[in-house]
Formats: sequence, structure tokens, C-alpha cells
Amino acid sequence: MTEWTPAEIGILWLSLKVACVAVIASAIPAVGVAWLLARGRFWGRSWLNVLVHLPLVVPPVVTGYALLRVFGRRGVVGAWLEQALGFQFSFRWTGAALAAAVMAFPLIVRAIRLGIESVDRHVEDAAQTLGARPAWVFATVTLPLALPGIVAGLVIGFAKALGEFGATITFVSNIPGETQTLALAIYTQLERPGGEAAALRLAWLSVAISVVALLFSELLSRSFRRQTT
Amino acid sequence: MSLFVEIRHAPGRFRLDVKLELGAGLTALVGPSGSGKTTVLDVVAGVVRPEHAVVRLDRDVLADTTSGVWRPPHHRQIGYVFQEPRLFPHLTVRQNLLFGRWFRRKLPGGLPPDEVIALLNLGGLLARYPKRLSGGEKQRVALGRALLAHPKLLLLDEPLASVDVGHREEILPYLDRVRADHAIPAIYVTHAWAEVSERADEVVELQNGAVAFSGSVAEAGRSAPRAW
Repeated sequence: MTEWTPAEIGILWLSLKVACVAVIASAIPAVGVAWLLARGRFWGRSWLNVLVHLPLVVPPVVTGYALLRVFGRRGVVGAWLEQALGFQFSFRWTGAALAAAVMAFPLIVRAIRLGIESVDRHVEDAAQTLGARPAWVFATVTLPLALPGIVAGLVIGFAKALGEFGATITFVSNIPGETQTLALAIYTQLERPGGEAAALRLAWLSVAISVVALLFSELLSRSFRRQTT
Repeated sequence: MSLFVEIRHAPGRFRLDVKLELGAGLTALVGPSGSGKTTVLDVVAGVVRPEHAVVRLDRDVLADTTSGVWRPPHHRQIGYVFQEPRLFPHLTVRQNLLFGRWFRRKLPGGLPPDEVIALLNLGGLLARYPKRLSGGEKQRVALGRALLAHPKLLLLDEPLASVDVGHREEILPYLDRVRADHAIPAIYVTHAWAEVSERADEVVELQNGAVAFSGSVAEAGRSAPRAW
């Protein structure tokens, strides 16, 4: 294989940036929602569950369109953000990150929820009898014990964010250097006559990143298991 | 010390309706499986909230559901050693032992960790994780962990149930030492009369969610030994 061109490195860098920002921004809300779904007893829990999982089941184009209506320049939130803070999602890499985050969110929440549900509630009770208020029980017992699930969720979310296509192209279009991530670049090359070789190179690159991410998560969860079980 | 407990609780088919008044010392809570012994401890500790409960420790009202009082477990200062050790698997023995002590560090008194570690012979285990402990060692850590969290009352729910028969005798002497050195009142739930007949000051027997007997060991001895 020949060396990577600056254009390819640009695409790779943008994709990593979009996926990392999407996952980092999702992490805390995802833990919160996963905890509510795993442990919460409140009215509307099923509706929250449906809402969170919606991007997993509706066509990505619909999610992208919804983002456009809400966060686009003329969207309810988008217009306000631009006026009040001068911040813009549409046709920017931040919008690509938002689309990736929304699409990855259900997968992240699912894995973290399983992680939290696997924590023995009896051990949490024990922590409370030892003087830890619920927030401390969560921080010192639930969270560390759910860590393998949290890591798994973030890694799968990263992989999903990296490969997001439909919602991204609908919401922020396909702008080289701004919103053209790996998946979009592969699509562009395939549309272009004679672009197949370039598409293949990028395809291999995306496979390689995903494999590294999965291996990394496997390694981490193995080191957790060695300690606690 | 005196503990007053009144519970009415009907989760599903089982009904628990008890009223107890216990003094200082060791109270044996005995009775067949499913008679409600663990539920009584859970309510006293605050981890189970029944329909109706009054729990008073001396003059301290821990729970009175008729007036909406329900103090959460972390504000009760009741040490609970469960049937299974329930140690924190991600923490070492030392961290497990000091867990409750840290949360109650602002309270006066409390036992010195070194003393508890020596008393329960845990010195050689401090750096280990719970998965590398035997059943008896785990329960000793659980007992030490409860003792170091400033308990005013100890609840022991069949602490020998998860220990191999051959190793049970390794725990009871430690419990005796704890009780000899520190006059912490305790409720000890068990099936085995032999575990408590020489240790208990009072005996309460539950049958089908109600108190069947309550009195001194001597009185209980006349009708015992029974098989629970």
C-alpha cells in the first residue's frame, strides 16, 4: 500500500474527532439514563426507554431530518443557539458529532444499563448500611462494578459513531473537510467514476480502526474481570 | 440499650406481624425458614420498608410510618452482617474494612481499625481481594466492616450459613471476643440452637410471621432444644 494522502489523513482525523466528541459528550447522559432505566421506579420509564431507542429503529434519514428540524438554522433549538450563542450545528462538524451521538446513544445506554443491572443490589444495600448515602453508593460501588459495561458501551458507541452515515448526510450534508467522515468519503468515492481504489483504501482503514477499538475494549474488560471475579 | 420493633408487612402471600422489645446483650432470633426473621432485620436496618413499622433504638425513632418517619439505612448506625458476605468485590480487604469507617468519620467514638483487625485475625488478608478469601474469612471481614462503621446495634443474619460446616467453629469465638471486648448489643438470627444457647441473653422465636416465644434463654431451654 502506498502512503496515506493528506486528504485521507484529513478524513481520518475528522472522523476520529467526530466520533470521540460524540462518545465523550454522550457518556455522562448515557450513564444517567441507563441508571434511570435500570434502577428507576417512576412514571414514564417505558416512554423514556422508547425515546432512547428510537434512533435505533427509525430510518437514519428520519433521525437526520428530525435533527435538521430541531437543530438546523431554522429549527427551534438551532435558531436560538445561533442567535444567543453564535453556535451552529448545521453543515458543521459539530452537527456531524451530534448526529453520531444521537445514533450511538441507544447502543451506549443498552450496554451501560446491562452493566448496572449486573451489579448486585444486595451489595449496594450493604454499602448503605455502612453509612453511604445513595449518591455515594452509586459512585463507590455501582459505577466501578458497572465499569466493564460502561467501557463496552463507549467502545460500541465509538464504532457506531465512526460509521454513522444516514443521519449525518441528511443533517449536515457531505462537505469535504467539514462533515465528510470516513463513511461519507467512501460513499463519495464509490459515486465517482474510477474512485473504487480510493474507496477500498478508506474501507480498510475503517475496518482497522473498529478492530483496534474492539480489541482495546476486550483487553480492558479482561483486566477488570481478573480483579473482581 | 433497648430496641422496640413493631412491624406489619404483607408482601404477597406472606404476612409478618410482630412486636418486640429487646434489651442489651445478645438476642437470638430463631424460627423455621420463611418465618420472617430476615425481614425483621431488614426493617430494623432500613433496607426494607414495610407498610407499617415503628423502630426505636433507645429514644431514637428510626422509623414510625404512622407519622411518616423513615430514616434511611445510612443514617441508622446499625451494623448488618448478611447471610452472604456481600463484600465489595472491587475493593481489597483493607478498603472493605475501612469503607463504613470513612463515611462515619465525623461521628465520635468508633473502634480503632488495628484493634478490629487483630481481634478478627485479618492482618494477613488486608491486601487481598474478596474472591481470594474462604467463606469464613469473608464473613470475618464482613463482621469487621460492620464493626468499624460505628454501630449502635449489630444484626447478624445466619452469619455461618455461607460458611462450610467444618469452618463454622472458626467464626463463633471471634464473635465472642467482639462481644466480650465491646458491649455492642446484637440480634443473631439462626436455625441452630447450639450456636446461641450458651451465648444469647434473650430468645425470640418466630413462627409464620408472628412471635411464638419471647423470653430468657433459661425459659427457652425448657421448651428447647427444638429443631428449626
